[in-house]
Amino acid sequence: MRYAFLIHHAEPADGEIPAEAIEEMRRAFGAYGRALQEAGVLVGADILAGQQASTTVTRRNGSSQVQDGPFAATKEALAGVFVVDVPDLDVALGWAEKCPAASYAVLEVRPVATSCVAGEWT
Amino acid sequence: MTDAVRRAAEAAARTSYGRLLALLAARCGDVALAEDALADAFERALRTWPVGGVPADPDAWLSTVARNRVRDVVTGAAARRTVALDPQHHDPGLLDRIEPGTLEDRRLELMFVCAHPAVDPAARTPLMLNTLLGCTAEQIAGAFAVPKSTMAARLTRAKKRIRQARIPFRVPDRAELPARIDAVLEAVYGAFAIDWHTTGREPRESLAGEALYLAEVLTEVLPDDPEAHGLAALIELCTARAPARRDAEGRYVPLEQQDRAVWDAELIARGHEHLRRAHLFATLGRYQLEAAIQAAEGADADPAVLLDIHRALHRLAPTLGSATSLAAAVARVDGPAAGLAVLDLEVGEQAFQPAWATRAHLCAALGRNEEAHAAYTRAIDLSHGAAERGFLAEARDALRR
Repeated sequence: MRYAFLIHHAEPADGEIPAEAIEEMRRAFGAYGRALQEAGVLVGADILAGQQASTTVTRRNGSSQVQDGPFAATKEALAGVFVVDVPDLDVALGWAEKCPAASYAVLEVRPVATSCVAGEWT
Repeated sequence: MTDAVRRAAEAAARTSYGRLLALLAARCGDVALAEDALADAFERALRTWPVGGVPADPDAWLSTVARNRVRDVVTGAAARRTVALDPQHHDPGLLDRIEPGTLEDRRLELMFVCAHPAVDPAARTPLMLNTLLGCTAEQIAGAFAVPKSTMAARLTRAKKRIRQARIPFRVPDRAELPARIDAVLEAVYGAFAIDWHTTGREPRESLAGEALYLAEVLTEVLPDDPEAHGLAALIELCTARAPARRDAEGRYVPLEQQDRAVWDAELIARGHEHLRRAHLFATLGRYQLEAAIQAAEGADADPAVLLDIHRALHRLAPTLGSATSLAAAVARVDGPAAGLAVLDLEVGEQAFQPAWATRAHLCAALGRNEEAHAAYTRAIDLSHGAAERGFLAEARDALRR
């Protein structure tokens, strides 16, 4: 079963986080990524650019609407996504707790309803 | 047979239901589907057994039929056509004929699922009552004093979440076990505390028998957990006194005025036995201490000894309840003024009925009638039960005489 870890946190301003802290986090994420890979549970992971870079697309109102900015401006924003493939929620929660982002952000662990694998929906 | 014992006996008759449901749900990971399949199996039994006779191994029969039903639904082999099991209409004797001993027991796993951190805390106790005992949403709603539709929605949401998020039916690893057991104990305690700490319900809506049964099941599946025994002891010792808590006119009777002849001796003996088992492990816990207080009060222990236990409990697990009991225990040893000082410090103005009732008694004992009157009024406003309201109103009126 696939679970997505949706990382939410308040976006820092440019230069707010000291370089050594960024470097330390980069090392921690490196080790975490290798651990997920070795355990054979990693489907993919992306840390997102800030929401000022975000574009919203919807056809909810009939025609296609493309808007600049995030879906809803909130203090906490979606910052990254991990997708893991594990047997159940307890295993997913175990991995989410080990994610370095859990130290500064809230991770929403949500079951994946359906996935597109090699162009086909499961 | 006392009311509590009768309820416990009824609850025990539901053992088969809980065991069968736990087994099915653990296999398919879907509580709602397991319930439907089990109801379907019972319905089929009611149709076929009177004609073809009761099978030699009824539980195996039910389990097999229900399992096939789960498989049919999962593979889409059959259209859904099930009705919920309704003890009012379906033969309750059916459950008595089932010998659940031959089935694998997965009730502990089901309890861990019900009290999983991913399940809304407000749904955990109702979910246990619903799945392990087969209590209906309506019965549970009555005990929790919420509308039936609210409780039904809460249960449905929780079951959907268990299936969608795939909460596993497993006993947690050693590392996470203590915290997870605490959540299970908390949920069982919840069934008992509805009665005890909110002071709320009329007897007909009481879940005391159900809480008793859940606690007993927990000691069966977790025989080496001292707090499980402590919790069972606590519930047994409190429930044993239930018949004495009201007089013939239905009025509330405080502990020191209760007629001890109507305490349930068998339940008390069982409570003491659980407490002894708990002590063998030589690790202290909140439920053991609460049970020890009940045992000591019932045996007219030295107030100084009781005060020590109350102090230990309040240190270990401070709650409004433990603070209020501590204040009362201090008052018995060091006088009402000392008790009031504890209430001022630990509870203050918070809306907690037992604290206001205790404050009222202590103020009255000190002759501070105006404060006592105000505290009685506050306690009466916070009481849910007519018996308790009546008892407090009488005490308040006595201030004028």
